Amino acid sequence: MESVLGRYRNLIILVGVLFLQVLGLAVQVKRNSNDAQDTRLIRIWAVGAITPFERGLVWIENSTGSLWHNYFYLRGVRAENRQLKQQIEQMRLEQVRLSEDAAQARRLQTLLAFKEQFISKTVAAQVIGSSGSDLSRVIYIDKGENAGVRRDMAVMTADGVVGKVLQVYPSVAQVLLINDQSSGVGVIMEKTRLQGVLRGAPNGEVVLERVMSDEQVAVGETVLTSGGDQIFPKGLPVGTVTKVGTGKEVFLNIKVKPTADLSKLEEVLVLVEKQDREATADDTVRVRAADILAQRLPTVPDKPAADANAAPAAPAGVAGEGSSIGQTPSVQKTAVPKTTAPNATAPNATVQKTAVQKTGTVAGGTGGAGRAAPAQAKPASAAPKPPKASPDQTTSQPPADQDSPH
Amino acid sequence: MTIGVPLLALFIQAFVPLRFPRFAVYLDLPLLVTIFFAMARRNPISGLFTGAVIGLAQDMLGHNPIGLYGIAKTVVGYGASSLGVKLDVENAGARFLVTLGFYLVHSAVYFTVARGMVNMTQHWSWGNGILAGLANAVLGAGLYFVLDRFKQRT
Repeated sequence: MESVLGRYRNLIILVGVLFLQVLGLAVQVKRNSNDAQDTRLIRIWAVGAITPFERGLVWIENSTGSLWHNYFYLRGVRAENRQLKQQIEQMRLEQVRLSEDAAQARRLQTLLAFKEQFISKTVAAQVIGSSGSDLSRVIYIDKGENAGVRRDMAVMTADGVVGKVLQVYPSVAQVLLINDQSSGVGVIMEKTRLQGVLRGAPNGEVVLERVMSDEQVAVGETVLTSGGDQIFPKGLPVGTVTKVGTGKEVFLNIKVKPTADLSKLEEVLVLVEKQDREATADDTVRVRAADILAQRLPTVPDKPAADANAAPAAPAGVAGEGSSIGQTPSVQKTAVPKTTAPNATAPNATVQKTAVQKTGTVAGGTGGAGRAAPAQAKPASAAPKPPKASPDQTTSQPPADQDSPH
Repeated sequence: MTIGVPLLALFIQAFVPLRFPRFAVYLDLPLLVTIFFAMARRNPISGLFTGAVIGLAQDMLGHNPIGLYGIAKTVVGYGASSLGVKLDVENAGARFLVTLGFYLVHSAVYFTVARGMVNMTQHWSWGNGILAGLANAVLGAGLYFVLDRFKQRT
């Protein structure tokens, strides 16, 4: 017996070591510990041994790089500055347009009592390491529990979504990238509004699953977060469709290129705080005292007909659009019962205001008479515009889906 | 050297892909270090334990269950040290072939365990596998030479 053990000693030890590891693996699989909670303590050792060196190297690299770029390598800076200024001008124009769109979207959301998710706090972090394996697409960032980072927080760059926090250690966190095969992000197509789940493929590509094969998906379409996974706020850019093909069963095989460059991440933002709140209407429906008075006057409904008939100076272009005086009273009939409701609460007032606006617009659009009647048209079509991009809404707490269509 | 070199290999393996993403796809420095130590010591027990420790440490840096790399590198460590006893693996050509072979063994064990036990979706591509094996073999031949010199000095 001893001779057998002696002869096969190496093999027995090999089998023993393999058996122990298989056993450990089986325990982890049985407990479904793919999120690595059971092995947290063991992982801390490895992370604690490696990340301080990585952090130091990144610091040296950044210091050297910034010294070179900020003090020595300034070639082309003036041209770049000029170009950036032009870009800022263009973006200002774009901002005006977008703020109008956003204000309109907010008005509609207010009407429907929508709840929005606002990104209220982010933490900037530096990428200091990776798993070193293409079979586990995770990165390490230099912010952890001490900086308020928690599990399942969304991680992104200015370009788009990067992943979610998987493990948190005191000063380091592990982030699962969206191109890992165990990740999943609820997404929605920007134009077609088709929803699906974004997953990583074994080869590192990103595919959109659960889109039926009878749907029309165009190459180049933007993919946004849908907010359905409760991790990523709605409307964050994720990627663009690069290839559409027939997949398994009844689903399409859609390949997506992430907007964030996942292979060259240096700095990321962790969304440490987001708020669910209803869209407020205080800035969108700014009602003037004169408008309220005009609405409450019992004689208001009768005036337009007379005013419209007597309107002497309707703009030529408007009055000539086949307007009919007969349309105006019908519009007013729609508006009047609502505007004179005595027990109007705040939300109702909003609805009333919008109804007036709509009818007023109709009146103005179809007939010059409606426009010519100031008492009617003013509260409606000439309602004050919402303020442009107040700091509360655009700077400190921008809605996550402000720029996205709803 | 016994602790420092594997640690350095793990560190480089985790850091370099941040700047060169394809590095992690084609190169596996911890595997090369395992093969080197296993062949240098020519003791199967020492080789398998070296492989197990390096593999488990590599597992800890990822998010997959711990043991996938551990099992694969244990087998490689045992095999490389057993081969080191029987063959002359000092010349560069032999090392090249040994590294290429063990890279494929390592991949085969890893994929078998990952698919069979953990139910991970893995696709094996012979083209990529052989390309990565060749890349590791070339790098390994150079790395072993450097490590040999380093070992002689210490």
